[in-house]
Amino acid sequence: MLYREIRALVGKEIRLELRQKYVINGILLYLVSTIFVTFLAFDDIVSAETWNSLFWIILLFVAVNGISKSFLQESPARHIYYYTIASPQAVILSKIIYNLLLMIILSSLSFLFFVLMMGNKVVDIPLFLTCLLLGSLGMTSVLTMVAAIASRASNNFSLMAILSFPIILPLLSTLMKVSKSALTASSGSGNAGFIVLLLTINGAVIVLAYLLFPYLWRD
Amino acid sequence: MIKKDWWKLLSGILLLYAIIAGFFTSIPLKPVTEESMRNLYFHVGMWFGMFSMLITGFIFSLKYLKKFDEMMDIMAVEAINVGLLFGILGICTGMVWANFTWGTPWVKDPKLNGAAVGIFIYLAYMILRGSIDDVHKRAKVAAVYNILAFILWIVFVIILPRLAGESIHPGAGHNEVPVMPMHLDPSMRLVFYPAMAGWILLGFWIFQIRVKMRKIKRNIDNI
Repeated sequence: MLYREIRALVGKEIRLELRQKYVINGILLYLVSTIFVTFLAFDDIVSAETWNSLFWIILLFVAVNGISKSFLQESPARHIYYYTIASPQAVILSKIIYNLLLMIILSSLSFLFFVLMMGNKVVDIPLFLTCLLLGSLGMTSVLTMVAAIASRASNNFSLMAILSFPIILPLLSTLMKVSKSALTASSGSGNAGFIVLLLTINGAVIVLAYLLFPYLWRD
Repeated sequence: MIKKDWWKLLSGILLLYAIIAGFFTSIPLKPVTEESMRNLYFHVGMWFGMFSMLITGFIFSLKYLKKFDEMMDIMAVEAINVGLLFGILGICTGMVWANFTWGTPWVKDPKLNGAAVGIFIYLAYMILRGSIDDVHKRAKVAAVYNILAFILWIVFVIILPRLAGESIHPGAGHNEVPVMPMHLDPSMRLVFYPAMAGWILLGFWIFQIRVKMRKIKRNIDNI
């Protein structure tokens, strides 16, 4: 039952996105122009640390922009309609799955374009890609939940940023640590603990979203 | 009266004792910290007070989602208000101490960043509350955010610094500094534990007064 609802809702999200292509094109343009601005601002990035921090900060802003729309795009009236036909758990899980797909596309495009503009500094590519995947999952689940919270309030765009930045920090600082070792090739025993922590944070956020979203959904 | 409110009296006595004994008894001088060691009774107390208040807020948010009782929401927000007060005071006392021992008021350290992030989270919580007009909707959304944020914050301040293992702040697990209670001089423990109890009780006292104020204000508004 839940599985069928999720599948239908994810299908709906994808169709909606393809019908309103300007939204996703807007995010892609945002991504490209942000990276281009950093390209112009920095003559040459020598240190791997700067490369790393810049990349994750850009990805954070792209993610906030891409995901904040997930509950704002549709009118409240349509939300009431979904409320009558689907369980809240199906709604939040389908949003997370859809946003994860979006986020994986956005983060890999960011990575490709960033490497194109700023040069490649990654030594351990598999580790970096693991980071990118876990980071996409974590950012998606936290930001989708915050977007749901922010959509209940007025003035929600600035609210999205102030609510999400402090709570995304545990995730972001762990990601930056692991990916830094993918850049400096000093990887080894230390990373396993951080990857387990990343998985734990991701799991905890998804469970919390599953448990807490029904309270946001009902009016 | 005295039967119900004995803990307020106890808090006053304990804090009075902590202040007097904290400033006037002699303490063993250690390199680096020296006399600034006395800040232990105050700075760590702020942290304990903040932590107990934020946990209280978290529990009341959970209770709100269970029963949808407006009182629970008032308790949660007031506990967080008091927690914020303690947190800001904790950062101030910490900065004074850091300026003496490390040479700068702020260093880039997981523990310090955790404290700052905690303040940001709960200031954002207050702004979130301010931007919703409907009382029930506000209570529900704020409770959801509080639960989500508190759990992630715990990961940030408790688990992450231990795993990173690079904190210079005492209490990260690996550095054996004399500031930790287990390495503390026995004469200082005699002041330290009562002081901590006193600060926590003071937190609950302020919390209780603020909740009463809110209740009275609500009753006046309802008339």
